[in-house]
Amino acid sequence: MAIPAQVAERPTIIKSRNPIAETWDNLRRSWSGMFGLSLIVIHLVVALLSPLFVPHDPLVMNSKIANQAPSSAHLMGTDKLGRDVFSRSMVGGRVTIVVTILATVIAVSWGGLGGILFGFLGGRADEIFMRFVDAFLSIPWLLILLLIVSILGTEMWVQILTFGFTYGVSTIRIARAATLDHVTNDYILAARARGEHRRTIVLRELLPNVLDVMLVDGAMNWSWMLLGFTSLSFLGFGVPPPTPDWGSMIAKNREILAIQPWAVFGPVIMLSTLIIGINLFADAFAKALGLDRSQGAPV
Amino acid sequence: MFILIMRRLGLAVLTIFIISLIVFFGVEALPGDAATAYLGQLATDESLKALREEFGLNKPPLERYVNWLGDLVKGDLGESLSRKKPVTELIGNRFRNTAVLAAAATIFAVPIAIVLGVIAGLTRDKWPDITVSLVAIISMTLPGFVTATVLIYIFAIRLAWFPAVTLISSDAPVSQLLPNIILPIITLTFVMVAHILRLVRTNMIDVMVSDYVQMARLKGVPMIKIVFQHALPNAMLPTINIIALTIAWLVGGVAIVETIFNYPGIGSLMIHGISDKDLPLIQGIAIILSAIFIVINLIADLLALILNPRLRTARGH
Repeated sequence: MAIPAQVAERPTIIKSRNPIAETWDNLRRSWSGMFGLSLIVIHLVVALLSPLFVPHDPLVMNSKIANQAPSSAHLMGTDKLGRDVFSRSMVGGRVTIVVTILATVIAVSWGGLGGILFGFLGGRADEIFMRFVDAFLSIPWLLILLLIVSILGTEMWVQILTFGFTYGVSTIRIARAATLDHVTNDYILAARARGEHRRTIVLRELLPNVLDVMLVDGAMNWSWMLLGFTSLSFLGFGVPPPTPDWGSMIAKNREILAIQPWAVFGPVIMLSTLIIGINLFADAFAKALGLDRSQGAPV
Repeated sequence: MFILIMRRLGLAVLTIFIISLIVFFGVEALPGDAATAYLGQLATDESLKALREEFGLNKPPLERYVNWLGDLVKGDLGESLSRKKPVTELIGNRFRNTAVLAAAATIFAVPIAIVLGVIAGLTRDKWPDITVSLVAIISMTLPGFVTATVLIYIFAIRLAWFPAVTLISSDAPVSQLLPNIILPIITLTFVMVAHILRLVRTNMIDVMVSDYVQMARLKGVPMIKIVFQHALPNAMLPTINIIALTIAWLVGGVAIVETIFNYPGIGSLMIHGISDKDLPLIQGIAIILSAIFIVINLIADLLALILNPRLRTARGH
């Protein structure tokens, strides 16, 4: 459908250039942003291809070579059961990354649309709904996640839906706040005066204008979810064994921290580089879009 | 002013009431009930019936909610399934322990965060700012168990300065807690400092370009006086709320740190409750931790209201 007439009418948004190209230009100038982006890309490639190139089968146990220090055969040594730590660290992020990415998409979608809708509708419904959102956000996040997962089980789809739902609630607030900044603008009034359908206003007018906030929130959400998912996994509510997973590897190998610290360092390095990468990228991305991320509250 | 304070109070009470709804009916909506969750594989028809009878689980949900809420108002959180003790008794000392931990971390974190935040804000985009901001991002986003594990490796295993785990009972006196909680405090301080300093930095940057600071500069007021007399008090105002949010986060988020260090606090009790599927205990902890979150935020709001006259005339939220 053609919409150029509407685009041309918006007086508040004067962008001479393609916004994507402009954002990318800004982002490219930030070394920390590019460093973060490279870390993310490396992690995605490793997650995708690691089963093809890891030197050892990450599941094979061999009690004869248990707790070995790093060597040329085992770059990061072996764990208590004689499994290769390097191979396990490479493969150990696959489930985590898949779950958190899918859950982020769900969270940003439902939280974003919900927030825009309630910000746009306003009134009683919005007020009551926001009270529930505030109340929900007051309950410790770890408790909510643990409770749902401990009862519904740790299958992948349960985790994806649990994380997508829980983290989407905080997105509602952010999307709503961003929407409230726009709702009073003339172009929304004009759209209303034209008799545009509510759905059209939400999807065509509001969504594109709060999309930048949503994308930054998505990046942040991804990082918080990694923190949440690996914490659950660390506590034993994550990926069931024997699948290698960073959180559970750190938890199990902590017992041998004094004799074979690399069994812990391997997954710690992998997890840390991914989280730091996402946050460096998110910071630079927010700056490139002209948003300030440092006001974000801990969730 | 009075009306505004009463409104905030009313809102806090309403939110705690809604939390009780979410906590109770959220748990209710999950498949099974406290009895099937607790007994799990061991459940037989008789044992389920007996347990339901004992804890009144066979009544309709609404009736149980009203009873639970009534007891809650009286300060009774019901009885733990796994430990056969009143939930309030189980929480008692552990709550104090967590409060000691959180208070100690806050006392360390706030001054460090303000100093680093001011330095970063004044040297915007120069190397002190870049270093501080980078370290802040890293320590803010790494999971607590990662920071704790690395700290344990360095300070407990390599240097052997502090114990790796606390071996004390939950009712030990505070003086006995102190030597054991240095590593947990450092772990929590890392995260808190990062969150607070990022906001102090942003506020500092905003304030330093404001008209009155420019004016003071033009008048030739010494820089040190500008920072401490003009800029910092104004930069600190919005920080009160983030400090409250961080403390509130801390009360809920210490669970993992407490578990790692085997610290007998409310967070590790929560994890035990989850492992045992002890729903009455979980509900009790959930409502207490959420209420603390609300109360701390309420205090911060009121404090900001007292310190910032402009907020008093602001209407609405």
